[in-house]
Amino acid sequence: MSFSFADVDSVRKGLSDVQYLADEGIAGVVYLAERLQKPVLVEGPAGTGKTQLAKSVAEATGARLIRLQCYEGLDESKALYEWNYKKQLLRIQAERQGENPEGDGMWQQIEDDLFSEEFLLTRPLLEAIRAAEPVVLLIDEVDRVEIETEALLLEILSDYQVSIPELGTVAASQIPLVFLTSNNTRELSEALKRRCLFLHIDYPDLDREKEIVLAKVPGVGESLADQVARIVRSVRQIELKKAPSVSETLDWARTLVLLGVEHIDADTAAETVNILLKYRSDIEKALKEFASSDEDFAAPIPAS
Amino acid sequence: MKVEPATSPLLALLAGFISELRAAGLPVSLTENLDAMEAIQHIPIEDRDAFKYALAATLVKNHAHWRAFETVFEVYFSLRGPEYDLVDGEWPEGMDLSDFIDGLDGQQRRQGGGGGEAMSAEQLAEMLFQALMRGDDALMRAIARQAVQRYAGMEPGRPVGGTYYLYRTLRNLDLDGVLERLMDQARQDAPEQLTPLEERLERDEFEARVDQLRKEVEAEIRRRLVADRGVEAMAKTLRKPLPEDVDFMHASREEMMALRRAIYPLTRKLAVRLARKRRHGRKGPLDFRSTMRHSLSYGGVPAEPKFRYPRPAKPEIMVVADVSGSVAAFARFTLHLVYAISNQFSKVRSFVFIDGLDEVTSFFEGVDDIGEAVHRVNAEADVVWVDGHSDYGHAFEVFWERYGKDVGPKTTVMILGDARNNYHASQAWILKEVEHRARKVFWLNPEPGAYWDTGDSIVSEYGVHCDGVFEVRNLRQLEGFVENLV
Repeated sequence: MSFSFADVDSVRKGLSDVQYLADEGIAGVVYLAERLQKPVLVEGPAGTGKTQLAKSVAEATGARLIRLQCYEGLDESKALYEWNYKKQLLRIQAERQGENPEGDGMWQQIEDDLFSEEFLLTRPLLEAIRAAEPVVLLIDEVDRVEIETEALLLEILSDYQVSIPELGTVAASQIPLVFLTSNNTRELSEALKRRCLFLHIDYPDLDREKEIVLAKVPGVGESLADQVARIVRSVRQIELKKAPSVSETLDWARTLVLLGVEHIDADTAAETVNILLKYRSDIEKALKEFASSDEDFAAPIPAS
Repeated sequence: MKVEPATSPLLALLAGFISELRAAGLPVSLTENLDAMEAIQHIPIEDRDAFKYALAATLVKNHAHWRAFETVFEVYFSLRGPEYDLVDGEWPEGMDLSDFIDGLDGQQRRQGGGGGEAMSAEQLAEMLFQALMRGDDALMRAIARQAVQRYAGMEPGRPVGGTYYLYRTLRNLDLDGVLERLMDQARQDAPEQLTPLEERLERDEFEARVDQLRKEVEAEIRRRLVADRGVEAMAKTLRKPLPEDVDFMHASREEMMALRRAIYPLTRKLAVRLARKRRHGRKGPLDFRSTMRHSLSYGGVPAEPKFRYPRPAKPEIMVVADVSGSVAAFARFTLHLVYAISNQFSKVRSFVFIDGLDEVTSFFEGVDDIGEAVHRVNAEADVVWVDGHSDYGHAFEVFWERYGKDVGPKTTVMILGDARNNYHASQAWILKEVEHRARKVFWLNPEPGAYWDTGDSIVSEYGVHCDGVFEVRNLRQLEGFVENLV
């Protein structure tokens, strides 16, 4: 068994080569996931790069990315496999055409044929298992499926195999690297959590956010990136309905670059804040906070 | 998996670590335990950050538990510094700052004045100021150590908690004053007048650094306490309740903040869960009419049976909350939670009282920031009648007089409070009347059940007229109650 990453640092380096800046925790967990051959459950606020992590790992390792987007009502036939019913019908009809008197023996054969791989439609999970080349499997927004449907995932997550009643068990030819993402709209089942490594991706700290802006936004200057990161950090400290995500930070930085802003003053910030914040009450709150530098607004320091 | 402590000190330490995590309330299963043991084989233990994340990834599956994990981790693994040595577990007493100072570059050494012991208090303060100004992590750490050694006055074997030492150290460092000085300096350094925005940014930056320093000081104290009293004893004293288990009535300021942060995701989850429950409700009885109508397209054969879906009536809620000092926090959280899922109810009205009573429903109308509304309730509601001590009797009287007619057979009344009536008249008959008219009357009491009916608490006098009296001391219990309510 060969591994794509030699140690934690090489994970970080590999990811930063594809423009994903991983912190210590992210790199460590990705490294572990490969070594322990365990899926990673990635949780965190929206827009912090959970899905991007899986994509970037795929890119860094040169693996194929297979993605299963979860939604309410997802079932076996969409996630695992399905029999190609139409093709099966055609097969039966084709047999009828060549009318055979000794029907009995034939039927046996048809039945065997009908449930062979030829008539199997693979869906993302089965595809990831059967792939011969290295694969990264991304199960996106797993918290959207009902708790009963989660059970579908358990077999593949713990044993990397899929049982098909008519065919038998399909075991993985190679162990795919699996990422599950969750926005935490509901508690996932214990069984699922137990099988996964857990990674919480939070908003990045100041330096990392600045680096992300620098890496992702073409034409952004060092000083502008610094200001953007600092303002965003301050905005996140306010109690908001929806704190700005990394992707919104990037959008904002791009806008500022387009507008040719070098130095962000209060007016520019006020004019463009609607890119950063999406609720009216949040925008009002932020503007109010920044307009008046009253000492009262400064968050009290618990140290006193 | 049986591990001989003698042969593998690391695994023994890990076993202790995990049992402490369990004691702190984290659900660590056997598989996760084994995963952790396997994980640490792959991570060099010298890399303490990676080591920590490896353990976290395998053991902590809920982000709210992260803080509890971090504390335990620090006690178990951080006390031995970067040169992780299990055999030699002794913490060198009287560690000095000079090592650190020597490690720093020349410029800082000049300011530090050489050996740590020789420094005066002024020098230390100056160094602290410089370190914060520059955001120099290594120097900050060194100062934290020095400050603890100098100010905390720690004596071996003294049975005092870490907070006491923390308080003593921080009082001497005067971080508020330092922050102001930093701001002054920033204002001076700026080429022109700082705009409010810039000022705010500077302040946030410095606050983040001061906070960092506080953490360093805390860590240092913890380290020393562990060295003094041993890992197990310390882990026990430092054990912190998980956010959902924090007692409303005795939450510290820090815990309050954690609670406030926890309530947002909680309400969101609750709302999603309730909405789903409603949608995916059981099928009801056969709907004969509908079945017949649909059978027409099958030539009169009822091939497609139709069912009546239950449409549970949405209850109407009246929240009557005591907002006097002792139980204010509890009322705040409950109001917040109830309003966050108010679309599950046909109508929510809220009243707050101390010895007078005031309706505050309007504060919540058309507001999408519930936190703000709750804040206004605290500031603006007119709840004091005579002296500002809880008087349930009078508050109920006012309620009955003004709003009693609005209580109907669809109304669920929730009363929040500890029923500590300051020996006023209870006026329990009002509750009896309310119970007659209302669908349900519930009483939520933030006090532990053992304290009920002690002193001036008259819960059971009111309780006999309620459909249920519940002890609701933490978010977990509150969530459970609200979910059952819907």
